[in-house]
Amino acid sequence: MTVIEAKGLTYTYPGGTRRALEDVSITIEKGEFVILTGPSGCGKTTLCRCLNGLVPNFYGGKLEGEILVTGLKVSEHQIYELARHVGLVFQNPENQLFALFVEKDVAFGLENLGVPRDEIRKRVDWALQMTNIENLRERAPHELSGGQQQRVAIACVLAMQPDVMVLDEPTSFLDPLGAQQIFDVISRLNKELGITVVMVEHRLDLASRYSNHVVVMDKGKVVLDGEPKDVFSSEAARLIGVGIPKATRLSQVLEMSGVRLGRVPVTSEEASQVLKEVLSRD
Amino acid sequence: MIEVKGVSFTYPNGVEALREVSLTIHDGEFVAIMGQNGAGKTTLVKQFNGLLKPTRGEIFVDGVNTRKVSVATLARKVGFVFQNPDHQLFCETVEDEVAFALRNFGFEESTIKKRVAWALNLLDLTEYRETSPFMLSGGERKRVALASVLAWNPKVVVLDEPTIGQDHKQKEKLRQFIVQLIAQRKTVIIVTHDVEFVAECNSHVVLMAQGKIVAKGSAKQMLTNSALVTQASIVSPQITQIFLELADLGMPIDLINIHEAREALLNFLEVDS
Ligand SMILES: Nc1ncnc2c1ncn2[C@@H]1O[C@H](COP(=O)(O)OP(=O)(O)OP(=O)(O)O)[C@@H](O)[C@H]1O
Ligand SMILES: Nc1ncnc2c1ncn2[C@@H]1O[C@H](COP(=O)(O)OP(=O)(O)OP(=O)(O)O)[C@@H](O)[C@H]1O
Ligand SMILES: [Mg+2]
Ligand SMILES: [Mg+2]
Repeated sequence: MTVIEAKGLTYTYPGGTRRALEDVSITIEKGEFVILTGPSGCGKTTLCRCLNGLVPNFYGGKLEGEILVTGLKVSEHQIYELARHVGLVFQNPENQLFALFVEKDVAFGLENLGVPRDEIRKRVDWALQMTNIENLRERAPHELSGGQQQRVAIACVLAMQPDVMVLDEPTSFLDPLGAQQIFDVISRLNKELGITVVMVEHRLDLASRYSNHVVVMDKGKVVLDGEPKDVFSSEAARLIGVGIPKATRLSQVLEMSGVRLGRVPVTSEEASQVLKEVLSRD
Repeated sequence: MIEVKGVSFTYPNGVEALREVSLTIHDGEFVAIMGQNGAGKTTLVKQFNGLLKPTRGEIFVDGVNTRKVSVATLARKVGFVFQNPDHQLFCETVEDEVAFALRNFGFEESTIKKRVAWALNLLDLTEYRETSPFMLSGGERKRVALASVLAWNPKVVVLDEPTIGQDHKQKEKLRQFIVQLIAQRKTVIIVTHDVEFVAECNSHVVLMAQGKIVAKGSAKQMLTNSALVTQASIVSPQITQIFLELADLGMPIDLINIHEAREALLNFLEVDS
């Protein structure tokens, strides 16, 4: 089943000098774990904003083309209606937090949907636990460290358990172990509940293992769209400056020195395996 | 030189963010401070330019106690890029933002022009000269913040999470620039969660957890020590993880970046590199 379908999206911000999106078409199936990457300024955040209606409803300007999310035409629904189906973790966590207490922020979306009290409490507890911030529940969000704030922002969306989770560089402020734990949680929700995940990431070394679909943008356009190993091993990805996982990059530099590996590793386990075979060849 | 002597810091809400931290950073050193969320990294580096003053203990920047000088005086020596660029940007255009400190420090208009053009070019921002910083992408905003500090060529550069929102190409440019700064005997201190960037930079590493420094040493020593890595809530670089599995075959287990990995493998396979 198709969950996200974008056709010919073209968009310029009011006052913007050039197109932030240019003829973007993508199709995402239910249950996919999509990584969206590409150079800084290529339009990743703008595309995320289209998925929950912030563009154009909040940012203004005209969005050409069509976009359907969980069967709803985004242009025909209000942001709050879409919030039931699509949850967005902002690139800058601070812009997402406004309550006086962490706990309040995490409950906010659920209260808006009119979810019963008991259920809210359960889900908030669970989300705080998943993001490892139970001890911060009574703290003020603006008195937290950057990574702690990002955990709160993620908890807000986890608590909602929307059909589609859109996460804009959700681990940029997280310590690496924490990032891995968050990826694990999201991957579990993706596998067990069939929640579709769209995640913007530059640090592909950490994120690639979870994904089955990678989209690369450049200058407002989608330039690569496919399976991780195909995308990462393409010449285009390297030229655009995508942060190809070290496992893949290592296989490329070896091939360039004439060492044949036979397949393209993406994760460190795959790379170790391939290298073991090569090293014990003779 | 920066000397941190037994510094503790408690926020007004009672959070003890630093507990008796001591550390010396020499001129021309490149140090990456890494570790757990909430470990106190940002709180520590904010003491270097006097934004925060120790609750107990002392900080000396070039021999001067930060308690005894104004923030304005320290600011001429220590350039500081915030973790969140939105805390730093306030001008109407990118150009004004990058020129702001230069103007403030009384540089000549012609010098300002040159320095601004140079910094915008370094950070790939020239096309946004006349754009408002608030109409830029997250990564672009971070680069404006970086440009506004690098433009005036401070003696000590403190960058809180400089690689956030940056693609591979931008990170590589930044790394090369830091190498140049070090060659000029500037001091560069970064706070970062980007293990791969640190592995590539091969800087000194200070690991923090729960308001304390848990260890310091070379990137190699720190990033390949699994006990320390876990204690500081980081992970080893991907190359280290790959090679750990190859130890049985006689490969070294202390490699952290692609260059080292390539060399070790080609050596083993007796391929000329
Ligand atoms: N303005 C503030 N007021 C009160 N407490 C704060 C404030 N800023 C940070 N803290 C607390 O101080 C401790 C250290 O925070 P700090 O920002 O130094 O951590 P950090 O190591 O930079 O973390 P991160 O990797 O998440 O950025 C944390 O427990 C945090 O909640
Ligand atoms: N609010 C805004 N108003 C005007 N232009 C904007 C605005 N936000 C972003 N832009 C511009 O739109 C383009 C796409 O920005 P977007 O934020 O989507 O990039 P991105 O791929 O998310 O980049 P990054 O990795 O740096 O976050 C950029 O050229 C940017 O300068
Ligand atoms: Mg973005
Ligand atoms: Mg911090």
